[in-house]
Amino acid sequence: MNFWFELLQNILQIAISPTTAAFVLAAIGLNVHFGFTGLMNMGQAGFMLVGAYGFGVSVSYFGLGFWAAIAVAVGAAVVFAIILGIPTLKLRGDYLAIVTIAAAEVIRMVVKLAVLQDITGGPSGIPGNKYRPVFTELSPLPDGKTTILGITYANTGVDDWWTRIVAWGLVALFLLITWLLIRSPWGRVLKGIREDEDAVRSLGKSSYAYKLQALILGGIMGAFGGVVMALPAAMQPDSMGRPMTFNLWMIVLLGGAATIFGPLLGSILFFVVRLLLTSLAGEFIPSSLLNTQQTEQLAWVLIGLALILLVVFRPQGVLGNKKELSFNV
Amino acid sequence: MTRTTAITVSTKRPLGVALLLTLLLALFLGVFTASPAHAVECVPDAATGCVQGVIKTGAGDPAAGIKLTLKGDGESQSVETDAEGRWAFAITAAGTYSVSVEKSSLPEGQFFKSADTREVEAQLNSQASALFPLTDNEAEASGGETSTTGKGEAASSSSADSFSWPRFWQQFVSGIRMGLLISLASLGLSLIFGTTGLSNFAHGEMVTLGGLLAALFMGLTGNLWIAGLLAVVASAAFGWAQDKVLWKPLRKRRLSLMQLMIVSIGLSITMQYLFQFFWGSGVIRIDKSTPATWTFFGVTLTVQSYIAMGISLLAIIGVGLGLMYTRFGRATRAISDNPALARASGIDVDRVINIVWIIGAGLAGLAGVFLGLVFNGLNWFTGGQLLLMFFAAVTLGGLGTAFGAFIGSMLIGMMVELTNIWLPGDLKYATALLLLILILLVRPQGIFGRKERIG
Repeated sequence: MNFWFELLQNILQIAISPTTAAFVLAAIGLNVHFGFTGLMNMGQAGFMLVGAYGFGVSVSYFGLGFWAAIAVAVGAAVVFAIILGIPTLKLRGDYLAIVTIAAAEVIRMVVKLAVLQDITGGPSGIPGNKYRPVFTELSPLPDGKTTILGITYANTGVDDWWTRIVAWGLVALFLLITWLLIRSPWGRVLKGIREDEDAVRSLGKSSYAYKLQALILGGIMGAFGGVVMALPAAMQPDSMGRPMTFNLWMIVLLGGAATIFGPLLGSILFFVVRLLLTSLAGEFIPSSLLNTQQTEQLAWVLIGLALILLVVFRPQGVLGNKKELSFNV
Repeated sequence: MTRTTAITVSTKRPLGVALLLTLLLALFLGVFTASPAHAVECVPDAATGCVQGVIKTGAGDPAAGIKLTLKGDGESQSVETDAEGRWAFAITAAGTYSVSVEKSSLPEGQFFKSADTREVEAQLNSQASALFPLTDNEAEASGGETSTTGKGEAASSSSADSFSWPRFWQQFVSGIRMGLLISLASLGLSLIFGTTGLSNFAHGEMVTLGGLLAALFMGLTGNLWIAGLLAVVASAAFGWAQDKVLWKPLRKRRLSLMQLMIVSIGLSITMQYLFQFFWGSGVIRIDKSTPATWTFFGVTLTVQSYIAMGISLLAIIGVGLGLMYTRFGRATRAISDNPALARASGIDVDRVINIVWIIGAGLAGLAGVFLGLVFNGLNWFTGGQLLLMFFAAVTLGGLGTAFGAFIGSMLIGMMVELTNIWLPGDLKYATALLLLILILLVRPQGIFGRKERIG
């Protein structure tokens, strides 16, 4: 019985953790790209990396304050989106996919450079305590700890309620923004581009400009995801690589592309199911048969298989509408 | 732009995917003999101390598979560096230990910059480290005498040293080698893209599979030639099976190319972690003996490298001639040109695509075998790491043209090895990817691609 109670608590913990929120934020951005505009962005992790390092480096190396650092993170994501978008948005979809994945890898390799050790921390990244203080000092919460539903965290500290409040507040804000934008005339043009770009062009709209705007908007959301991801932990270049992008795709497709709440549901499902798999396997399969490492690896195998099955049999995900989904080339 | 209409053709389709998985599993379980996961890890606690470090080649890449021995306190341990070049010893008593690197396990063309043995003062509950800087410049190398300092002198491992023509020549030939290995894989990628339109993100894993299978067969047979041949045959068979049970049914379901691409991403994740599950995350060496080197016109490479280059060139020429002059080759090019028209004129499109998969997977497997031999071992991510190089090569040459893929690969191979002279080794893949982005900016159809409207 104790096991089940702990499991329940763990599920609750992971469902509200800032990391989950970070994935939701980045997935909302990817949903703007892919779900609403039909852009095959395979480098969303690159946007997260740009955002996280934009924030972290401006605080730890240039000594900027919180708001200035956030502005740098957003600015970096905008520049990254423009650099990626200008050459590729006029091309076929798979070119964007290859260029974004390549660009995200280039960015990751560059911040990992040993030469940049003083600025980006090289392969080991930037430790959290170098940039976190500017964020924690904004906290209006009193000192001490708070327990909600049996989960205790410090009000303000390393892995605290303050980060969680801000992270999920951002999620709510971005969901609202997407909802408002998508039902606006601007959002309808985006959907039009997804459905039939030539038709949109024949109506006199510059589909190129709209796609670039969508890329920038989703990229900014990705950058916030990166910042939130880095706040409770340290900044590590390899944690925002290709696997991250693939996970985000899994999340968007699982929850339902082109829906408002798809990324939220997808993220929570993704983390909870993974936790369930590993902890149930850890509890009921003897470790002589499968050790922790192997369970983790098998969980990944299942994630890969789930991605295949999802795309083949239910491309619209849990919440999606098949008519809304287009995998145009 | 056609909207996707994913109509379920028959209810039997789910079988296809399930079959492939069973096959994948059976393939691994059937032949696999368990090996312990090779984890280079040491966590210091009250009863344990760690002696550890990272070894990087002169170019700044992690050097995997290097053997180290630790002696002292009446005991002796040995480990190998993992894929990130890390090594660690766990010790249970404080004291002075000597760590030495086995010279014969160094990658070819690498020399010790200072010493091959160091004395280290290790404490319990703490970490001590020893540095073994390597260089690829023989002139800088020391004889490898023992040093007793063991501390400090963090010799920078950047390769941005001095330019010299002999070094350029060495890197140039390494570039040809890299280019030939990349073209083996990218030829298959390009053929598959040409005939089916699929950007196959699991191609890197087919490369890894070839190398890992070669290591497996090497363990079983003990003969490198037989092991390599078996690995290539098994890879080709895997390509055949992949097309039969996964890709053909999906084509019949009329999945769009984007969906197919995501399916290949899923397949790539699945295979990567299956490799880790069965082979562990450490470096697997195909040939465990110390490779012999051969100096030819001032270029020092292993004998295996020369043989690999020769066989690769023959395979590439063979595929090229086959595409140019055989009926099958003409059919392949016809399908690349216009699948509907090819089908209408009586070509069995599915059969041709199936053969293309067999050839593509076989070539990828061959590339994996050679990568494992030339770079002294491979791990579960070797192919995945090079995947973007394959894409860069194919895009550079022009998507879907076989000759373009070859030229693109040679350029990328050169680029990767030659930029090493001036830039830190960490950047060698980044420059190739930057080249890819620039090419798309200026000439999106690639060097040999036909100009068409792709927007």
